Amino acid sequence: MIKFFKKLFARPETQPDNVTTAPLSEQQIESIVQTQGPLYDLQQLNAGAGQSTGKQRELNEDSLLSITTTLAGNSGNLPFGLYIIADGMGGHQYGEVASNAAIRTMGGLILGKFHPYMFDLPTKVMDESIQEIMLAGVKDAQNIVQHEAPGSGTTLTAALVLGRQVTIAHVGDSRVYVVRPDGRVEPITRDHSLVRRLEELGQITSEEAAVHPQRNVLYRAIGQGDALEPDIFTVPFPQSGYLMLCSDGLWGVITEDDISKAVLQAPSLHRACQNLVTAANTAGGPDNISVILVQMLG
Amino acid sequence: MILETQNVDEPLDSEEETSTARRQLRAGTTLANRYHIQEVIGVGGMGSVYRARDLHFPNVVKLVAVKEMINLAPDPLVRRTIVQNFEREANILATLNHRSIPRIYDYFSEEDKSYLVLEFINGKDLEAIIAEAEGFLPEDEVLAWAIELCDVLHFLHTHKPDPIIFRDMKPSNAMINQYGNVVLVDFGIAKPFQVGQKGTMIGTEGYSPPEQYRGEATPLADIYALGATLHHALTKRDPRLEPPFSFAERPLRKINPDISGEFEAAINTALQYNPEDRYASALEMKEALLAVARKTGALSRLPTHTTAAMQSNAIKPIWAFQCEDEIRGTPAIHDGNLFIGSYDNNLYALDASNGEFKWKYATDGGIVSRPLVYDNNVYFGSEDNRLHVVSARSGKVTWTYYTKGRIRSSPRLAEGHVFIGSDDNYLHAVNITSGRAAWIFEASSSIRSTPFVAQDLVYTGCESGDFYCIGFQGELKWRFQAKRAVTSSPWVADNVVYFTSLDSTFYALDAQTGWVIWRARLGKGSISSPALVDNLLFVGAADGNIYAIEAHTSKEIWRFRTEHQVSSSPVIYRDSLYCGSVDGFLYCLEYTTGRLRWKFATEGPITGSPLVFDDIVYIGSTDHHIYALLA
Repeated sequence: MIKFFKKLFARPETQPDNVTTAPLSEQQIESIVQTQGPLYDLQQLNAGAGQSTGKQRELNEDSLLSITTTLAGNSGNLPFGLYIIADGMGGHQYGEVASNAAIRTMGGLILGKFHPYMFDLPTKVMDESIQEIMLAGVKDAQNIVQHEAPGSGTTLTAALVLGRQVTIAHVGDSRVYVVRPDGRVEPITRDHSLVRRLEELGQITSEEAAVHPQRNVLYRAIGQGDALEPDIFTVPFPQSGYLMLCSDGLWGVITEDDISKAVLQAPSLHRACQNLVTAANTAGGPDNISVILVQMLG
Repeated sequence: MILETQNVDEPLDSEEETSTARRQLRAGTTLANRYHIQEVIGVGGMGSVYRARDLHFPNVVKLVAVKEMINLAPDPLVRRTIVQNFEREANILATLNHRSIPRIYDYFSEEDKSYLVLEFINGKDLEAIIAEAEGFLPEDEVLAWAIELCDVLHFLHTHKPDPIIFRDMKPSNAMINQYGNVVLVDFGIAKPFQVGQKGTMIGTEGYSPPEQYRGEATPLADIYALGATLHHALTKRDPRLEPPFSFAERPLRKINPDISGEFEAAINTALQYNPEDRYASALEMKEALLAVARKTGALSRLPTHTTAAMQSNAIKPIWAFQCEDEIRGTPAIHDGNLFIGSYDNNLYALDASNGEFKWKYATDGGIVSRPLVYDNNVYFGSEDNRLHVVSARSGKVTWTYYTKGRIRSSPRLAEGHVFIGSDDNYLHAVNITSGRAAWIFEASSSIRSTPFVAQDLVYTGCESGDFYCIGFQGELKWRFQAKRAVTSSPWVADNVVYFTSLDSTFYALDAQTGWVIWRARLGKGSISSPALVDNLLFVGAADGNIYAIEAHTSKEIWRFRTEHQVSSSPVIYRDSLYCGSVDGFLYCLEYTTGRLRWKFATEGPITGSPLVFDDIVYIGSTDHHIYALLA
């Protein structure tokens, strides 16, 4: 009987534990993409998210937004996704107030712009570019944080997926990664941190950066300083693999190898996010952990 | 590459070896059956440097620099060291690929001499420029050179596997070529640098930092020497004639009050006595100088007199061909033949190598449409309303296709169809085997934009400001409305379509859906078509500027100002950008920085775009000529 239940509910034990992480050739990747192609006749987004306070903090100062839907357009239903992570700055009062206000403000502004394409609600027709909307979102977040939680700060990293493009707005040291099916994990944002800057200038190595005592010092954050210049850029959504947003409670704690294993070996995106959170906590969980994984199917 | 040094080690014939001068090669000597010596251009410690002509290029004059090393040392060990130094210089140079480092073409030995064949830098060294300048050199110019020097030092300092310390940064080692760009010369003592190693003390007195006198050569030493070089260039005070490390006693702005405070501060940082007080890297110094340039506006200004004077006589066409009326369009090249339409109603076929007339084909209207060559046929539109298809060899008509309006759009070919717009408001998709329309698509106004085809979708703009994405069956996929005409031809890459409009905006739209990803503001409207290379977009506008814009962020990287509207579309070839202007000039710019390399004057406005093929630029002008120039 137990055997029978095991058969029914146990995960298949053929989980490949010898998954090769050597880079695939472009040809192999292409063939993987092609075999995935016919399964979905419509492009669609799939997303998962995970959060944890971690093992050493008492409060969760991270905030997270994950919305996945489609928009009606003249070329059919268009994948639409809005994903934001904000990491309220430790050592500041009201870190969680700042991260939360930033996300609510930016999310509200962006969704408001897309109202007419999503719901039948009276909204002004959009006459701005996607990058202009993202910039407006960051600026609004900046204003609200300075007003509601003066003296505090937060990172803010947002990804807006529309069709096959993803537009990123980014301030601070939360990160966006592309996780490839062959195991490569590539950050596509640049941290606005002192240590990262030193690393870019060739002053310290990445090994030194990982253990640098000042690795948490940001030179750009929401709520800090008057002139805020976010990084805003648009790139093609990764055709295969995943887009990952996370706070430094994840990337600062586990290696890129751990990330690719946790993501690629999981049966679902939600499970992958849980694996990532667990891995960070197992490694000590020194900080709040937030992660979002997004995949384009079809 | 193997340096043949065996001859160098052979015993020297003692009777001849008395002085370097006696051993100098005479003009007219040919080395290695290939390098025809023209004259001595320098004398160094080991031998002379010659200007020579490379005889492997009989049709063009290709000049090279030949650096000679005469082995006079009696001691075999010393002789071997000299050869090793020479080899080292050759090997370092051969692996370095940077625009501010001369290219190495060859090295070889003959008898007791070894030779290094290098790119010939047509210009002057900075020491001579400083000495010959009547007043102080302009800050803008020195600043631009300083940025280039930081760039090449950063390149050397981050060289893999070992960083290279130049160790001899001084004005006489910085050549300014005829385009006004810096080239670092004399790598004789540059040495792969291993951390912690005590190097030999070499370096020119007056420019070297204190620690180099203790035998320590680090990237920070090069930064100090660069600061010293800039100090010399801006003050005309030669540090070799002053006490060592006394720059602080000669404040820049006290000697030359025209220098900006920002530039002075940057140079002072580089000249700090303690290495840790200087810029931490050449990259950091470069960024600081770029910030100075942005503040003073130096980079957007044209290079000033020194370089302009060097350029005025530099550019001569390889050939020029005259039509009977204006050339407003762009040429095409195929199989050694150049095709160009003219407002004398003819399409001309010329021999691309010498401009010789081959044939012409008469239409009944002016031709601005850029020809397209496919399967030995030339396709082009004419203001006589027709799409013409003629044999590329004979110029005999293959077929023609009628529209109901003038054709100013250029043909685009895909999947057996040619796509072309017309002033009859239609986009025509014509089957190339039958010469008949597969479908026509009605736009709201004339189509002068040239369609772009990507992933079974056709993109085109029209004169009312509508921009269309059309399926391969001729059905509308999406439409976008700009505020004014879209005459510019779109470019599609990575699922994004880029184009400009007369509404002064540069648009990036999602190619599948038409959502606006970003909009970049131009000073005035534009009919120029964007070019995309290395994630950089280049386009001209009626405000006279050529813009470089980062494709993912829409950030402006640089702009270059011409004297009139830029309707021409930029073309990138190697590391240069070529673009015409209504001011009559063809401009050649460095595409990463927007710095002018050279410009070529025609007698009339240029509205067409250049074509670059095999190191030759072809450009038509409304002065009735088409010119061929060395790229």
